[in-house]
Formats: sequence, C-alpha cells, structure tokens
Amino acid sequence: MGTHSHHHDYNFNERYEFAGKAKMFSIIAVVLGVAAVAMGLLSGDHVTVERTYANLLLMGYYFTCVCAAGTFFVALQYVTQSAWSAGLVRIPQAMAGVLPIASLILLVIVGLGLTTHNLYHHWHADGLTDPNNANYDPIIAGKSAYLNVPFFLIRQVVFMGLYSIFAVIFAKLSYKEDLEGGLASYKKSFKLSAIFLVIFGFTTPIWSFDTIMSLEAHWFSTMFGWYNFAAMWVSGICCITIIVVVLKKAGYMNWVNENHLHDLGKLMFGFSIFWTYVWFAQFMLIWYSNIPEETVYFYKRWEPEYKPWFWLSIIINFVAPLLLLVDRDAKRKQNVMLFVAILLLAGHWLDYYIMIMPGTVAEHRGFGIIEIGTALGFLGLFVFLVMNKLSKQALVPKNHPFLDESLHHQI
Amino acid sequence: MSNTKYILGSFADPDDMMHGIDKLQANNISIYDCFTPMPIHGIEAKLGVRPSRLPIAAFCFGALGTTLGFSLLYYTMVYDWPMNVGGKPSFAMPNFVPVTFEVTILLCALGMVATFFFRNHLFPGRTPRVMDLRATDDRFILAVDAKENADHALIDSLLKEAGAVEVKYNDRKYVSYE
Repeated sequence: MGTHSHHHDYNFNERYEFAGKAKMFSIIAVVLGVAAVAMGLLSGDHVTVERTYANLLLMGYYFTCVCAAGTFFVALQYVTQSAWSAGLVRIPQAMAGVLPIASLILLVIVGLGLTTHNLYHHWHADGLTDPNNANYDPIIAGKSAYLNVPFFLIRQVVFMGLYSIFAVIFAKLSYKEDLEGGLASYKKSFKLSAIFLVIFGFTTPIWSFDTIMSLEAHWFSTMFGWYNFAAMWVSGICCITIIVVVLKKAGYMNWVNENHLHDLGKLMFGFSIFWTYVWFAQFMLIWYSNIPEETVYFYKRWEPEYKPWFWLSIIINFVAPLLLLVDRDAKRKQNVMLFVAILLLAGHWLDYYIMIMPGTVAEHRGFGIIEIGTALGFLGLFVFLVMNKLSKQALVPKNHPFLDESLHHQI
Repeated sequence: MSNTKYILGSFADPDDMMHGIDKLQANNISIYDCFTPMPIHGIEAKLGVRPSRLPIAAFCFGALGTTLGFSLLYYTMVYDWPMNVGGKPSFAMPNFVPVTFEVTILLCALGMVATFFFRNHLFPGRTPRVMDLRATDDRFILAVDAKENADHALIDSLLKEAGAVEVKYNDRKYVSYE
C-alpha cells in the first residue's frame, strides 16, 4: 500500500562511474603499498621481514573482515526483512563481491607466514610437540590436535570459502532480481541468509581464534571471537558510511537521505559501545581473576612501547564515537559521519595493531614506511576493487520489494 | 453556537488522509492531531510535530542511575565495609564499571517508560483516552479543534472532498469513557 502519492524522480538505472582521480589515486596507493611491502620483504633483515608479515596479516585480515562484514550486512537485511537499507544495499553488496579476492590474499599471507615461520611460530616450529626435543612445549603439544598446520589451513580455506560463496550468491540473486523482478530472488536470498548467518555466527569466532589469537598460542580467551566480530562489524559499517557519503557528495544516490545516514550512525554508535562492552568483559575477567597465564596478554600490552597505544585505542574506539555520535543531529550530518567513520577505521587499525604486534614483533614494533605503506596499499586495493565492482551494476536494486519503503524511510 | 468540540474526519485510506492534511493546511485550518492504526513515515514532519523530548528525560535518568550506582558501590565497598578481594584495593575502578553501567541502563529504561506513561496519561488500570475507537483498527482519523476553526462547513467539505468516509462532530473530546 502506497502511503504517499507524490512521486520522486529518481533514476534507478544510475551507475557509478569509476574513473579519473579516484581510480588513479587508488592505483597509486596500491603501487606504493607493493613497493613498501617489497622493500620490507627484500630487506634481508629478519626483524623487518617479520614486521612486514605482521603488517600484511593486519591489513589482509582487516580487508577480509570488512568485506565479510559487507556480506553479513546484506544477509542481516534479508533475514530481518529490513526496508530502510534497500536503497544503499548495493554498497555492502559490492564489498561482499570483493570478499573472494580478499580471502585469497589473506590465505596467501597466512600460508606464506606459516611456512616461512614469520607468523604463528609460537605453535609452528620444529620439535614443539616432540617430548624428546629440547623445544618441547607441553601446552602447544596439548593443543596440537587442533592447532596443526593441515587442519589450520583447511579451516582457513573452508571458512573463507564458505563466506565467499554466499557473498557471490547474494550478489547474483540481487542482479537477477534487477532483470526479472518478482519475489523469487528475495525469498531465496532470505533462506540462504538465514543459513549463512548461522554458519557465520559459529565460525567467525573460530576464524579469529585461528588467524589472530593463535599468534600467542599459550593464551586464550573465549571473548576474543566476539571482540573481533565487534571490530569487524563496526569497521564494515564505517566503510559503508564513507562510501555512501562520498557518493552523495559526488551527486549520486539522491534517494539516500539523512534518515538512512542516521540509521548507519546508530549502528556505528551502538556497535562501538558493543565493542567496548566485549573488550571490557575480556579485560575485566582477566584482571579480576588475576591468573598469570591469562594476564600475560595484558602485561605485554602494558609495556611502555604499547601502553599509550593501548589507551589511545580505547579513546578512539569508545570515547570518540560516544561523545561525537550521541547527539541525534550529529548522526544526520554527512561531514560528522564521514569524520567519525574515518576516525573509527583508524581506531580499529590500531585495535588490530595491538592484537597482532605484541605476539609477533613485540618490542621491535614500529610505525614507519612499512606500516603506512601496507595500510595505504590495502586501502587502495579496497577502493579500487569495491568501486570497480560497484560501477558494474546500477546503484540501487530497482526491483527490491522494500525499495519504496526505503525511499520513504523517516526516523 | 454549537457544542461541537472536535471535528473528526475518518478515512479508510492513508493516502486520502494525507490529501486531507494538505487540503486543510492549504486553507489555514489547524489540525489538532491525527490518529492512525499504523505508523506513517513522514507524517510528523508534515504536521509539524516537534521532535520528542524523551531523549532528554532518558539522559537525566541515565545520569541519575550512574550517580546512584556509583554511590551505592562507593558506600558499600569503600566507605562502610571495605573488604580485601583478591588483594585488590577497595577502590578499584574496573570493579565499579559493570554495576554502574547496569544501574544506568536500568534507571534510564524505567525512567523512559515512566515518563512516556506519564506524558501519555497511560498506566496500568487506566482506561485509555481515545478520540475515535476505530483509529486503533482500520480508520485514519484527522481531528480538528472546532473552537479554533470556526468555518465548520468548509472543514466538512474539505474532508469529504479528500475522501473522508465519515465526518463526526463530537461534543466530548474522548469517546472511551462511554
């Protein structure tokens, strides 16, 4: 039932044109990134090589997480039968479309890091599980039924493979809906989304245990999976917001207005609080029980080289969105949202930095050409791949059953 | 002078009601309120309803909760009966966070519900005051204050022109007492 008689003149065949400066700068960023990584890997210095691998893991994981968050966003909209997002769902769809490539890149980084002993050497080294070897580590030996190279790699392939397959199917069904109309694609996406969310919900904690937590294999925290999920979800929402604002500023997507931005802002705000909640839950339980094998994680991050960054991460990821986005009007302003989204993306880079570096390069950590170059390279790659994907289809799923409701969204 | 207090236009279709609003507004007839069985996006902006001030109440109750939760903990854990828990100082901030947070949320939520009930004259056992019973079922109601807008014939014709299936002249504001 249409409740509004006034019609808008929106061009639902509008396409984003990926060319000019955006394309050029993203390619330059990729080239700079490749140069920085090559410089690190070919330096011949063991510490620099390890530092490069740690950075590659950080950005590869971040990149894959953001694309996985796009897939999660798409699936969540189907399962909750959300209407508000119908007008902007092509953006997370484009992010999801890049997930197969992102997964492959992460798989290569993890595989090379593992085989060259630059990553995961805490549980993958000669003699760790052999009682007669000088390197024998009873804790790692006890975990080896789970934490061994073949099973680890199988899990990586299966998890990221599954996410990628669903990501591709969701996009295909949506493009099919554009051509054929009707409810068939929507209903099928709904069912597949429900299946995907169950798989995703159960496997992402395990995936982050494997990819990040196993860098310090003695330590474990059951909260770690949700903590990583919160970071992934917030950064995914930030990426969607940035693309929406940038496209709107460039004159695209007139049907997306401050009401849709407000909803993105609420998700950003709410899940930043959720991130803090999970972060603090993990911290407080360890602090309270004060068991040495658990507190070691925070002791490492309490060393002078990490302590200021540890606190800065809390300020950027919790205090900043709390203060900047609590106001209703702030969530409806493009520039405020753009600023907070960029800030939060930087904040979650720092968050991952604090997760990864103490377990890899520890006191040899740095912030220089390798860090900036790797981050820039992956940023360029993300922009290039996602915007290229976005330019291939119309900016709106014009036959989406809830599109009309999305156009009239008001909060 | 009639005793009519409110003129109610009853619509069967929300689009017709939106037309009705346009027509009344075009003739400078102020609309008292509008009742619909389902939310209609954009209607607050159209009627010029000011944004709710509930968030302000929520903030105040939340701040009260923070203060009370923190004070409770400080009084019991630090001032009145300090205990040695795992060798930690009595005044250990991380301890204070969960309870303070929970009391903040509790008071904020309960305070918001109470404010909402108070403001809308709703509380358990109270007969709800409704201007038209079918507004909760299948009719879209536009209410016009009959004292403020004198030209009742014009209102009647505008409402019917817009597609009102029924126009009522009520001497009492609420019908639910009856």
